[in-house]
Amino acid sequence: MQQTAAVLNQALEKRILILDGAMGTMIQRHKLEEADYRGERFADWHTDVKGNNDLLVLTQPQIIRDIHAQYLEAGADIIETNTFNATTISMSDYEMQALSAEINLAAARLAREVADEYSTPEKPRFVAGVLGPTSKTASISPDVNDPGYRNIKFDELVAAYVESTHALIEGGADIILVETIFDTLNAKAALFAVEQVFDELGQRLPIMISGTITDASGRTLSGQTTEAFYYSLRHVKPIAFGLNCALGPDLLRQYVNDMSDVAECAVSAHPNAGLPNEFGEYDMDAEEMAGHIAEWAQSGLLNIVGGCCGTTPEHIKALLEVTQNQAPRTIPQLPVRMRLSGLEPFVA
Amino acid sequence: MTQTTANFINVGERTNVTGSAMFKRLILEGDFDTALDVARQQVENGAQVIDINMDEAMLDSEAAMQRFLNLIASEPDISRVPIMIDSSKWSVIEAGLKCVQGKAIVNSISLKEGEEAFLHHARLIKRYGAAAVVMAFDETGQADTEARKFEICQRSYQLLTEKIDFPPEDIIFDPNIFAVATGIEEHNNYAVDFINACRRIKQNLPHAHISGGLSNVSFSFRGNNPVREAMHSVFLYHAIAAGMDMGIVNAGQLAVYSDIPQELRDAVEDVILNRRDDATERLLDIAPKYQGDGKTVAKENLEWREWPVNKRLEHALVKGITDFIEEDTELARQQAEKPLHVIEGPLMDGMNVVGDLFGEGKMFLPQVVKSARVMKRAVAYLEPYIEQEKEAGSSNGKILLATVKGDVHDIGKNIVGVVLQCNNFEIIDLGVMVSCETILQTARKENVDMIGLSGLITPSLDEMVHVAKEMQRQGFDLPLLIGGATTSKAHTAVKIEQNYQHPVVYVPNASRAVGVCQKLISKDSRAAFAEQLTKEYDVVREQHARKQPRSKPVSLQQARDNAFVPQFDEYQPTKPAQLGVQSVSADIKTLRNYIDWTPFFLTWSLAGKYPRILDDEVVGEEAKKLFADANAMLDRFETSNELIAKGVFGLFAANRVEDDIEIYRDDNRNDVLCVSHHLRQQTQKPKGANYCLSDFVAKKSSGIEDYVGAFAVTAGIGEDQLADEYKAKHDDYNAIMVKAVADRLAEAFAEYLHEQVRKVYWGYAADENLDNESLIREKYQGIRPAPGYAACPEHTEKQHIWDLLEAEKHTGMQLTSSYAMWPGASVSGWYFAHPDCRYFAVAQIQQDQLEDYAKRKDWDVQAAEKWLAPNLSM
Repeated sequence: MQQTAAVLNQALEKRILILDGAMGTMIQRHKLEEADYRGERFADWHTDVKGNNDLLVLTQPQIIRDIHAQYLEAGADIIETNTFNATTISMSDYEMQALSAEINLAAARLAREVADEYSTPEKPRFVAGVLGPTSKTASISPDVNDPGYRNIKFDELVAAYVESTHALIEGGADIILVETIFDTLNAKAALFAVEQVFDELGQRLPIMISGTITDASGRTLSGQTTEAFYYSLRHVKPIAFGLNCALGPDLLRQYVNDMSDVAECAVSAHPNAGLPNEFGEYDMDAEEMAGHIAEWAQSGLLNIVGGCCGTTPEHIKALLEVTQNQAPRTIPQLPVRMRLSGLEPFVA
Repeated sequence: MTQTTANFINVGERTNVTGSAMFKRLILEGDFDTALDVARQQVENGAQVIDINMDEAMLDSEAAMQRFLNLIASEPDISRVPIMIDSSKWSVIEAGLKCVQGKAIVNSISLKEGEEAFLHHARLIKRYGAAAVVMAFDETGQADTEARKFEICQRSYQLLTEKIDFPPEDIIFDPNIFAVATGIEEHNNYAVDFINACRRIKQNLPHAHISGGLSNVSFSFRGNNPVREAMHSVFLYHAIAAGMDMGIVNAGQLAVYSDIPQELRDAVEDVILNRRDDATERLLDIAPKYQGDGKTVAKENLEWREWPVNKRLEHALVKGITDFIEEDTELARQQAEKPLHVIEGPLMDGMNVVGDLFGEGKMFLPQVVKSARVMKRAVAYLEPYIEQEKEAGSSNGKILLATVKGDVHDIGKNIVGVVLQCNNFEIIDLGVMVSCETILQTARKENVDMIGLSGLITPSLDEMVHVAKEMQRQGFDLPLLIGGATTSKAHTAVKIEQNYQHPVVYVPNASRAVGVCQKLISKDSRAAFAEQLTKEYDVVREQHARKQPRSKPVSLQQARDNAFVPQFDEYQPTKPAQLGVQSVSADIKTLRNYIDWTPFFLTWSLAGKYPRILDDEVVGEEAKKLFADANAMLDRFETSNELIAKGVFGLFAANRVEDDIEIYRDDNRNDVLCVSHHLRQQTQKPKGANYCLSDFVAKKSSGIEDYVGAFAVTAGIGEDQLADEYKAKHDDYNAIMVKAVADRLAEAFAEYLHEQVRKVYWGYAADENLDNESLIREKYQGIRPAPGYAACPEHTEKQHIWDLLEAEKHTGMQLTSSYAMWPGASVSGWYFAHPDCRYFAVAQIQQDQLEDYAKRKDWDVQAAEKWLAPNLSM
């Protein structure tokens, strides 16, 4: 594993690495029905499971395998496991919390197998085990009448993430990617869990962290600015820090720029293909998106780039083309300071 | 990029229950909304980090920390700054860390419990993503010298950075700011030690920060704010230069270094930098000169801290000092074989000294109450240990105390409780408005040795008779104690004692209570004492029966024929500027100027007239302290909103019909809002008139348009909660003080409002200009008699005032079943304006007036007998 980290670091020094694109968008193309989601194994499951995309690693593994392969074919260096909603907390929406570990394990194995098929010494491929935000938030009350109320506790999040992390590592993930962070406290719990698992296993994997700036306010859902968000989580010394989802590259740029100024590690970005239209579809095509990313790369903002909602292998291929001859961002040397944060940063 | 860079980080400290009484009260009451306002103000006033501390014994600190942090998370104008999670308990810190999304600071960890615990906590802090305050404290104690401070910081630094890779920039050292100029020579160098340690930390421990609690340094000059501020400023000036870059600093408590007068600055600098041996004395000499606010300088003499622990406990008890009681008690506990021995040994010895001094008249009630507070704290500290050893505390006996149903007054009862506790009686205090059933049930359940009843208003006397009768019926054999302002030996002898065949004892005051209870508790002396009491009461009853009224009664008709006739020839009643009801409020700052202090001292059994009492040879010193404590409380109330005053009054068209007063809706005088009933003096008045309050109002038949007023004011909104909080902290002194002060403020409010009514609202004395002394002496035109008191002794008449004014709606004040006012610190009454008005006492009335009054009130005679009992011959 230390070796994987070293290989990854070497690659990061040389070029801008390509992350894969959307999983959900690709699954949608298959227009799967309830029976497809259930497969044989869950034919008699007592709740509807249509929409449980993570379950597909058990019931339709060929589809997921195929999507991974398309992204690798398009040139992705890092593919993400299909585990965005695979924690016990999110799985409980389908009463499938007991399957959480199994799904995480199967998803990691699946990605590992496909990645290994494509991996070469010149272009090694990596598997990022994904820890999603879960369907609950630890620092926002779901009850407007009681702002002090919480429907999830830190310790409950830690327990769920510990289970997922163990399975992802067992399944062969190279990297742990905590992504689409709406609420930094959830992410703190995820990273607390990851460190705990590392301690238990006596080994460390590189960590990637990616937050979500929800709208033009420039803040996460839980209210932090990009810089404050970074200060909240930099203690885990991740290999990369970045932003994904919610916005297209046009609107996301300024926040990636903020991140690039402060991050003492690689900067990643995987924006959406623009904002959704009135049918909930993403219209920004590969060419337009690549145009934005080419400018980012020229401006030296990027170390890792990929796509989120609405992006496809075409987009990823286009991103590779516009970045492959660009130098990666240089990691800045910042003065040693105590860097605190509330919703806003405070440096002393 | 938004990046704030600060040279000196100012930490807001008002959201700390150990440092802010107001914040603590809000949290204990669960008033988190207002508590959030405190946090918001901190941030608005420039705090760059807010310290949050919930270390309070009465709290579930973990839950309170989480709740408050969760609430802060939804307040962007507060949560924009980093949080400092402050607790001496790791569990509270960790609970807090689980609620904060930003990068916070933990305050604090140290080597106090050894390296293992220290590193374990530091690892977790790192994992939660926080910075840490590290106290200069190790296994052997808190660092005081420069060498120890630096040595502990260096060791902590090395452990953190080398063993667990803790980021050095996330370490904030607190090398302990201690008080200087305490009178103890070893303390003189404390500031220098701190400043030098700062310098060494900065030079040798790269990137680490240095913080401290500034106000400690000037602790010995409490009461002299200008000197304190100068000390803070000078200290900071040197400490910042040496590397201190963070601190809890109250900007309001900081003088500008260059603005400090040269003489003061030099003297303070001598003290801070320990530049000469006589620095403390020199600063002490000039300190009074710079004392701007006229308060007394409380120079802490801490020499007694060097004495053996038992001697220290005695000193703390006699002087009523709580500052060190827990640490001294802990030390005594460690030295004692069993925790109970600390109570039976040094603590009881100390209380015996207090008891002796009190008995000899060398200590006064307020001091004894303060001693009791110290005792209670010490006992509370020991209780968990005693519980552990399953030892039963030995007490003289168990006494149940209660203010009877319908009555809310409890100052006297509380004082009796405290004094009895000082004498090792166990007290079960049921509080106020306690029904007979509750009293007797509790007495059985708790197996008490005596019951004590208290009451202030006259209807409470009846309730006490009822309790005595019930005790007889239910076969009790416990002694019954009777006390309170309206009780008397005669009433006890004539009305209560005969209804209960076991001892019934009238206790005139707190100091008598101890002797009485000791005699009753002992099986040997009880019989003899009871016999003696029976004889005494027989004598009282005989005397009472023989007693002739000093003046002869007259018939109601005779009395009416001799009614007072005010002159209406030259006097034209003034029509109030506005008729009807108006609610009023007043701030404590205004009201305190109207306080009549003499009764305040009486509450505390210090007799003498204010202000002379302050210089009294015997009680002067105690009176001064009491006065200072009361004023300190008033200072606090001025800004804290802990105690609220509200009032309402009404001015109405009115005319007299016989002994009643008709009060009209408006000046048309057709629609009668209510009829207020009054009683007439019924003894022979050879030289004067037989007064009745209605005499002061023009007769309806005269055609003169006259007016009356009514008012209800309270200064007691919040008093019960405040007193309960103090009691919960074993601080009866302040619990009693709150009520005593609130009572005075309510009277002051009545005085203030009366003045406003005379000069403005009614306006019949617009040109009046009197000082407080003249107000207290009632040198103004008009009176404000209160139902239940001498001139209108019948309590149910308060109901008219409540109905006319909608008093409950306007002020929240309520009437109990006995027509006592709640909150206790309340005053209500009537306004009469005629220049011939005067106060008088109705005193004894006769059967004819009783029947007449019953008819007017539409009562049967029995009801009238009940409510007029105090005015009927017994």
